[in-house]
Amino acid sequence: MVLKRLLGAIPNVIGVVIVTFLLTRALPGDPAAYFAGPAATKEAIEQVRATLGLDKSVPQQFVLYLKDLARGNLGNSLSTGQPVLTEIRQRLPASLELTLCGLVLAMVIAIPLGVLAATRPGSWVDHLCRMLATAGVSLPTFFTGLLLAYVFYFLLGVAPSPLGRVDVTFSAPPTVTGLYLVDSLLARDGELFRAAAAQIVLPAVTLGLFVMAPLMRMTRASMLGVLSSEFIRTARASGLSPGKVLYGYAFRNAMLPIVTTLGMVFSFLLGSNVLVEKVFAWPGIGSYVIEALVSSDYAPVQGFVLTMALVYVALNLAIDVLYVLIDPRVSVDG
Amino acid sequence: MNATLRHVRYVATENPVTLGAFLLFSFFVLLALLGPWIAPYDALASNTEAALKPPSAAHWFGTDSLGRDILSRIVVAARLDFGIAVSAVAASFAIGSALGALAGFFGGWADRIIGRVADTIMAFPLFVLAMGIVAALGNTVANIVLATAIINLPFYIRVARAEVNVRRNAGYVEAARLAGNSDLRVLALHVFPNVLPPMMVQISLNMGWAILNAAGLSFIGLGVRPPQAEWGIMVAEGATYIISGEWWVALFPGAVLMLAVFTFNLLGDGLRDIMDPRMRT
Repeated sequence: MVLKRLLGAIPNVIGVVIVTFLLTRALPGDPAAYFAGPAATKEAIEQVRATLGLDKSVPQQFVLYLKDLARGNLGNSLSTGQPVLTEIRQRLPASLELTLCGLVLAMVIAIPLGVLAATRPGSWVDHLCRMLATAGVSLPTFFTGLLLAYVFYFLLGVAPSPLGRVDVTFSAPPTVTGLYLVDSLLARDGELFRAAAAQIVLPAVTLGLFVMAPLMRMTRASMLGVLSSEFIRTARASGLSPGKVLYGYAFRNAMLPIVTTLGMVFSFLLGSNVLVEKVFAWPGIGSYVIEALVSSDYAPVQGFVLTMALVYVALNLAIDVLYVLIDPRVSVDG
Repeated sequence: MNATLRHVRYVATENPVTLGAFLLFSFFVLLALLGPWIAPYDALASNTEAALKPPSAAHWFGTDSLGRDILSRIVVAARLDFGIAVSAVAASFAIGSALGALAGFFGGWADRIIGRVADTIMAFPLFVLAMGIVAALGNTVANIVLATAIINLPFYIRVARAEVNVRRNAGYVEAARLAGNSDLRVLALHVFPNVLPPMMVQISLNMGWAILNAAGLSFIGLGVRPPQAEWGIMVAEGATYIISGEWWVALFPGAVLMLAVFTFNLLGDGLRDIMDPRMRT
């Protein structure tokens, strides 16, 4: 079953690789000149052309690109001279930590609110939740981030300065997972954990606010659907307590559509991650790619798009597997 | 005509929130159309004497680091932001609904290929794909429109495909076929008009997202270039000052951007409620 899902993701991976390849070849003017950088001489450009294989036909170039990918070679960044893969690998945990915190926050707030709204459809709670959700999804993440930084850092002074993952007075915990929150706990450094947590709150809230809406709406819709079904009526008629009916019976059955929305939520999260990282100077792959964009450094951009797409495909795959675990019925008709 | 008016009145009175959203929407459209004529100052004229002044009677929304009037820049930017969103959504509607309708109507290999294209686009986090496209094709407004159109494409393909598919064998379609209409004619003149209402809802929901997307791209320095006025880029320009307390530079353009997106989302919700009350979530 799980194997079948894995195989199903292969066309997506192929599509992603083809698109990223085409994106490089679609560079305006001469890609060799692009990769060689603005200060390159004519000879240097020709040399880059030969090393990149740009003098070959497009299918041949594609084969070369695949070979490079298989070896994990995403090219070198012009501005830092480092291999793109190394830098992305170093920075990816920071982005993942932020994304996961945003997701957990959104789920913790949105799902109970959605359930609450579904149990009282048409009430003021329902309408308020609905307005909040629409407002949340209308927030430009970069703007919310700035606003939160202004209010909590500049006005109230309760948040640390919105620059990076920990305050400059701390040094990073020894790398185990790359997630500072986890690593600092593993190193039994409570103070560092608090510092890292204080730093991540604002960006995580910014991300969470944005993705709350789709989660809340789907929870509400799904709960409403389940609550009006016959087995709930039977459970109620049998005299089960409202709590047992709501959480033991209804919520478990309402989970499947909620998990489905997670795919869309991840797409939003990974995209707005870039914007939030810029606002909070968060040293993840988002700010890496923005630096590269500013200096027209194309290899990191390409590597970034590919990495994000592969992470996203993997997440969707994980969601598919989660399905089967939550609801055994899926594997029968899937 | 009378029926249309009655329908509009029904739409407006059914839900006061939708009416409010519609009024706001009209306001933004007027702003986009008349912007350059109603802006109190020249949006590009800098005046270093009056740089970074807080809101006052002369400059309602204050001035930015070059002394440009923020209110005027916001007003003038409406046309660019709306222009990007409208053209991107129009392009993805035209192409996406045509492709989706073909896939849903004919099925078979057309369906498989078109479905694969949509799936490939959806395999990317959409904003990231848009970044990649603009970065690859070049830093212009036209490419922002193109990128936004491409990432919206799958939604239209899917809605059109699903809606056409359920109507493919409806009675009136059979009747039109028996009357001797060709397949394409049946699709274009008999099926497609019936698919338009759900597509309209999609358009309204997408508009807000398209604006957010374009503003996000220019926030990170893609597409619109300074000194041109655009909401996203104005927030980016204000970002450096907000930490030191000059809140008005980023706040006003950001708030207007938010309001515009909010308007479209409310409008889309309202339309959806009216089209299909069961879908209300």
